[in-house]
Amino acid sequence: MHELSIAGSIVEIVSDYAQEHGALQVTAVTLRLGQLSCVHQEALEFSFDLITKDTLLEGAVLKFIDVPVAVFCPSCQQQVELPGIQKFACPVCGTATADVRQGRELEIETIEITEGGPSSQVSASAARETS
Amino acid sequence: MMEPRILEVRTKVLKKNDETAREMRQQFLDAGVLVTNLVSSPGTGKTTLLRETLMRLAADGERAAAVVGDLETDNDARRLAESGVPVRQIMTHGCCHLEADMVRDHLAGWNLADLDHLFIENVGNLVCPTSWDLGESVRVALLSVTEGEDKPLKYPGLFNTSDAAVITKIDLAEPCEFDRIQALENIQSVRPEMPVLEVSAKTGDGVDEWIRFLRTQRRRLTKPACSKN
Ligand SMILES: Nc1nc2c(ncn2[C@@H]2O[C@H](COP(=O)(O)OP(=O)(O)OP(=O)(O)O)[C@@H](O)[C@H]2O)c(=O)[nH]1
Ligand SMILES: [Mg+2]
Ligand SMILES: [Zn+2]
Repeated sequence: MHELSIAGSIVEIVSDYAQEHGALQVTAVTLRLGQLSCVHQEALEFSFDLITKDTLLEGAVLKFIDVPVAVFCPSCQQQVELPGIQKFACPVCGTATADVRQGRELEIETIEITEGGPSSQVSASAARETS
Repeated sequence: MMEPRILEVRTKVLKKNDETAREMRQQFLDAGVLVTNLVSSPGTGKTTLLRETLMRLAADGERAAAVVGDLETDNDARRLAESGVPVRQIMTHGCCHLEADMVRDHLAGWNLADLDHLFIENVGNLVCPTSWDLGESVRVALLSVTEGEDKPLKYPGLFNTSDAAVITKIDLAEPCEFDRIQALENIQSVRPEMPVLEVSAKTGDGVDEWIRFLRTQRRRLTKPACSKN
């Protein structure tokens, strides 16, 4: 159940971030989950509910954006999405490729917060952190 | 007045682990030590193969060490220590995978520059270790002939992120009616061009090739960086 560790990291990152932005409460967290991320969504929701007790995130909803796997096909010279994760070959021409360009994501995309008052307002651009 | 607001966070969940792993990888490279992370289901034969590997490397004068993750016991560390090389146990207390800081903390006091090879035996699990970079140069996914040929298809996440696959317990291939061709096909399907080694730690079959593979990987470390693809 590595989802418990993952939920722990989410709470850590989101709590810091939410506090910096004057949040009273976090009501939702949206994750980008690649198909290769090896995260079981229900297990993560379960761990998340457990671990957010008595934090700013208590009661927050976890939302998921599923990211399909995409590889770069050396023959077609383009990025192509795979219909599944059992066969790493270009669905157009059949060329096998291990050049994965997308699908390993395990990222916090956005959070929804309720905030105290005008003094805690931060512009969206200042809130954006580039990592 | 309360008003809901959406903030863009755009941060990797395992950012902290990734940063620690990146620092460790640099230290390993600077020290010239090849770090190999062994991942498989429980009982595939990681400890048995690793013990044999450590003994062979030590017999040839190569300097090796190992850290081994286990949920609750130090049995594997004791078995590995019989090889005479430095071994440390990482007891994870229920945690189903190793994380970069656990490995880093257990390397304290070891001079990496004194090592040629460092092995990390991960906790027996085919899913959970996948997402945690440990700073290794080589991630090896092991699969025994008793587990069935379709393991790679069932756990594409691990096999796809690995640099090599090792099929273990090949001495049992016949009684288990192991379909070797199918297994190799399945591995290539989830990870095209992955090198595959076939070994029996019991009879010693294939172990020479495995050791050769490790040495080749180590030589590549010290060569100027070239693109992986
Ligand atoms: N026949 C045969 N048995 C083997 C071989 N390698 C390991 N075994 C047996 O398989 C069992 C498990 O081996 P281990 O090396 O402990 O497996 P492991 O992957 O380290 O297991 P965990 O650390 O619990 O995940 C032991 O009983 C070994 O003796 C082999 O090459 N041939
Ligand atoms: Mg073991
Ligand atoms: Zn193509």
